[in-house]
Amino acid sequence: MQATSTAGPITTKKEFYAQFKKKSIAHELWLRFLKNKTAVIGLVIFCIIMAVAIAAPWLTSYDNVVVKMDIAARLQPPGMEHWFGTDELGRDILARIVYGARVSLLIGFSAIFVSLMVGLVLGGAAGYYGGKLDSVIMRAMDVFLSLPDVLLALAIIAAFGNTKLNLTIAIGLAFAPKFSRVVRSAVMGVRDNEYIEAARSIGALDSRIIARHVLPNCIGPIIVQVTLYVANAILTIAALSFIGLGIQPPTPEWGNMLASGRTYMRDFPHIVMAPGLAIFFTILALNLLGDGLRDTLDPRLKH
Amino acid sequence: MVRYIIRRLFELIPVILVLTFIVFTILSMTPGDATTIILGSDYTPELGAKLRVELGLDRSLFVQYFHYITNLVQGDFGMSYVTRAPVLDQLRPRLANTAWIVACAMFLCVSIGIPIGIRSATKPNSFFSQCAMVFGLMGVSMPIFWLGLLLILLFSVNLGWLPSSGMDHGVKSLILPAITLGFNYMANIMRTTRSSMMEAIRQDFIRTARAKGVSEHDVIYDHALGNALMPTITIIGMNVGTLLGGVVLTETVFSIPGMGRLLVEAINQRDTPCVLGTLVVMAICVAVSNLIVDLIYAYMDPRIRAQYGAKARQA
Repeated sequence: MQATSTAGPITTKKEFYAQFKKKSIAHELWLRFLKNKTAVIGLVIFCIIMAVAIAAPWLTSYDNVVVKMDIAARLQPPGMEHWFGTDELGRDILARIVYGARVSLLIGFSAIFVSLMVGLVLGGAAGYYGGKLDSVIMRAMDVFLSLPDVLLALAIIAAFGNTKLNLTIAIGLAFAPKFSRVVRSAVMGVRDNEYIEAARSIGALDSRIIARHVLPNCIGPIIVQVTLYVANAILTIAALSFIGLGIQPPTPEWGNMLASGRTYMRDFPHIVMAPGLAIFFTILALNLLGDGLRDTLDPRLKH
Repeated sequence: MVRYIIRRLFELIPVILVLTFIVFTILSMTPGDATTIILGSDYTPELGAKLRVELGLDRSLFVQYFHYITNLVQGDFGMSYVTRAPVLDQLRPRLANTAWIVACAMFLCVSIGIPIGIRSATKPNSFFSQCAMVFGLMGVSMPIFWLGLLLILLFSVNLGWLPSSGMDHGVKSLILPAITLGFNYMANIMRTTRSSMMEAIRQDFIRTARAKGVSEHDVIYDHALGNALMPTITIIGMNVGTLLGGVVLTETVFSIPGMGRLLVEAINQRDTPCVLGTLVVMAICVAVSNLIVDLIYAYMDPRIRAQYGAKARQA
């Protein structure tokens, strides 16, 4: 941050902020975002979960704690030694949740990356060119949309098996039609603007117009949807693992932790509490963040 | 209107054809040989080859699909690889269980979600409204399989009021699954009703109605509600598919023999005809319910009704 060239000392916080306001839209948006308290709470929770997931190898040992069985210590209630207790094989539940976060977040984000790529290409083309191409692509997407995303993912997994890569692709493709729609409507909102016409009139290629002028201007709604759909993707992974078709034990994943804990929950309810809370807070954080971003980036609220 | 319905019904045919084709293609890409699953330990290359010809698996994908679809039209879903019985016999009893759960969940959501949404929109700063918002946010963030487990812990294990699994206790055994399945949906409906109602209340015609001296109750229920319900109906329709996806989870949690369980079992046993049959039935259910929602939408909104009426006359 550099000082302003205009003279005069800055005395109040307001003046301090005022000098940045004119400089960058990003900063203005950030300040607006900070005013939304629930969104900030969402961001904070999400950052904590991210940090924990990234720092997992330094926090606990995968081989010695997360997957190693210790029958003597099985089904212990939460206490000083094991904050969230231990599971049916004597493994520390907290450590498994920490490593589970890595799996969920990694697959969640990669899956949405896959659907975003498909959505950008299909939705971008449909929205930008319109006409016949638009109706062909969107009709095809409508057909896909009429099959529930979980079922589409299940069909792909039924055919190809449930490796991590297949799960990512299955969930990614399952969400792709929704992204195509979002991208399409965002692109359609932008493509008739005068600056697009100006770019075209000076002879810019379509690819350049799309990449340099159209997409940067519809990034807002896309970011919002990414946030909300990552939540959905994480929920879908947990759901698939819960029914035994997702991540397989002993790899820790919140959904499969719930599934294996089910048998013991009557006598040891703690075993299903922590994994469920982990999913709940992650989804809640992303939903709060997504709603906050929508309020911040919604052009209708800009002026 | 009748012509519109008929046209929409015809439009459903290509959708169902393409849908079944997609599912059929995806599942036919399964690596490995189906005959090894059917024959199990009796498998020999000769027997396998004979069975492949018998089942038509040696033909091209399009021929196989054509056979499948011609059989499907006659109500033949093929033979299960595992039980060697017609898939339809497995589907029929399970479809009823699933239909009950979905219907109850839907009834619950609509009858609770919409009134809460309306009330919290008309008094947006009240304590009730704040609670409703928190409830709504929790609802959309709650993983339903975890909610199901929590409900079992509370109502079956601790209180002993309701059965934790199966369908043997009549209405009682439907309550927990319906709440579990419908929770997200209810929150969604509530949030949508609330926001569209708040938007409707701000419109000019509401101010006009109030200025005329219409009672507050009539303003809300006669003037605003009709407009506010349109987005809600869209959400109800859009989420029927999600609800059917949720059935898979709910039935797993409560060990209910329904379509969802059947699908999971069939995937685990690599019983492709059964997976295909279940997915096709679910896809048809979603397509039909989307059609019903569209029709309700067209019926509710006078603008759309007029537009479709005009279209139908032209057609």
